[in-house]
Amino acid sequence: MNWDVIVQYLPRLLDGAVLTLQLVAISVLLGLILALPMGIARASQNLYLRALPYAYIFFFRGTPLLVQLFLVYYGMAQFDVVRQSALWPYLRDPYWCAIITMTLHTAAYIAEIIRGAIQAVPPGEVEAARALGMSRTQTLLHVTLPRAIRIGLPAYSNEVILMLKASALASTITLVELTGAARTIIARTYLPVEFFFAAGVIYLIIAFVLVQGFKLLERWLRVDACQGR
Amino acid sequence: MIFDLHGFGPALLAGTLMTIQLALASLALGLVLGLLGALAKTSPLKPLQWLGGTYSTLVRGVPELLWVLLIYFGTVGLMRSLADLLGMESLELSAFAAGTIALGLCFGAYATEVFRGAILAIPKGHREAGLALGLSAPRIFWRLILPQMWRIALPGLGNLFMILMKDTALVSVIGLEELMRRSQIAVTASKEPFTFYMVAALIYLGLTVVAMIGLHFLERRASRGFVRSAA
Repeated sequence: MNWDVIVQYLPRLLDGAVLTLQLVAISVLLGLILALPMGIARASQNLYLRALPYAYIFFFRGTPLLVQLFLVYYGMAQFDVVRQSALWPYLRDPYWCAIITMTLHTAAYIAEIIRGAIQAVPPGEVEAARALGMSRTQTLLHVTLPRAIRIGLPAYSNEVILMLKASALASTITLVELTGAARTIIARTYLPVEFFFAAGVIYLIIAFVLVQGFKLLERWLRVDACQGR
Repeated sequence: MIFDLHGFGPALLAGTLMTIQLALASLALGLVLGLLGALAKTSPLKPLQWLGGTYSTLVRGVPELLWVLLIYFGTVGLMRSLADLLGMESLELSAFAAGTIALGLCFGAYATEVFRGAILAIPKGHREAGLALGLSAPRIFWRLILPQMWRIALPGLGNLFMILMKDTALVSVIGLEELMRRSQIAVTASKEPFTFYMVAALIYLGLTVVAMIGLHFLERRASRGFVRSAA
């Protein structure tokens, strides 16, 4: 192990880690916003409302993220309409492509988490809210969703960790995030073991910090106080 | 056919076969690693528990892509010294072998948790009954625990296999000619990225559906004799 070289290139790895964190944070937040209506629709009683987001979720959960990234980054350029549109400066940029794809990808998974969480809310509580004269919307906003957030939070934190690992794929569309930085440095120094090891350790640290952060959030939202045990 | 494949159809098919081979090889390795990991984690020996725990935590915390790259590019030096030791000309890990090891390692780390849950779900009395009958520890595991574990572990393993199948696309990064790599080659020649990546996506989707159906039948077979709660 050549420690000196690792220390020498550490700032560049950390720059990559910052980009990784950016990609993950933006995509899991946008994904959550996008997934909320889909998850609610998936948990609905109405068959058509339920089926509509399923096609989307099925596609994004059934295909590899790598294929989705390539479809957006390389695939969109096949259409002249896209190349002449106002969105082209964004769709040409690997950064925005990664954000768009990762958001769409994680939204499909988060929608299913939200569906599961909503369906796990005890029916008695929803019925109680309805019996107190709350409208359907009020019930959703004041009873079902706050309860579902607490039920779904552990699964959501898992998804965030999975996205942290999935963000390594952004290096395949030329983004210099943590894995990309490691690969760039290795191309110069020919020290694959050292720098993949260093990148791996940084990923582990980030994952550890995220897990601890979610533990704090769970305590703040008093998740275990709501389990009814 | 809606898609004009410019004669790349057979190449994509060969890629699909390679993807399936890679997925099955990694599954085999991953199941063995997962079982060993779960046995280590549930064993009464502290060092073994620590080993199993470290394995599953370490591997699960690092991106799959990084494992693929690390095992492919990182073992070059190791293999070279091994070749010197054995007095061979040159020795290197093929992309297929590196991919299988990396994906098997990742599958095994998640499977460790699935198997551990399944082992813990077997009633303690069964093991004690085996001990009372004078069965040896390996025999208890093989004849008592393992057959019952399957049923409990299968849904979790099925999910992991689906993730594994999508992760095989990562091995294209080290140049194995599986579905994704073949699509990239077709794109370079045809300049039609959307068409070919869409076809690749649909093939992966098809593989997922086939795996889902297969899993359904396996689960039904494994739960013979168990009453399903009324749905």
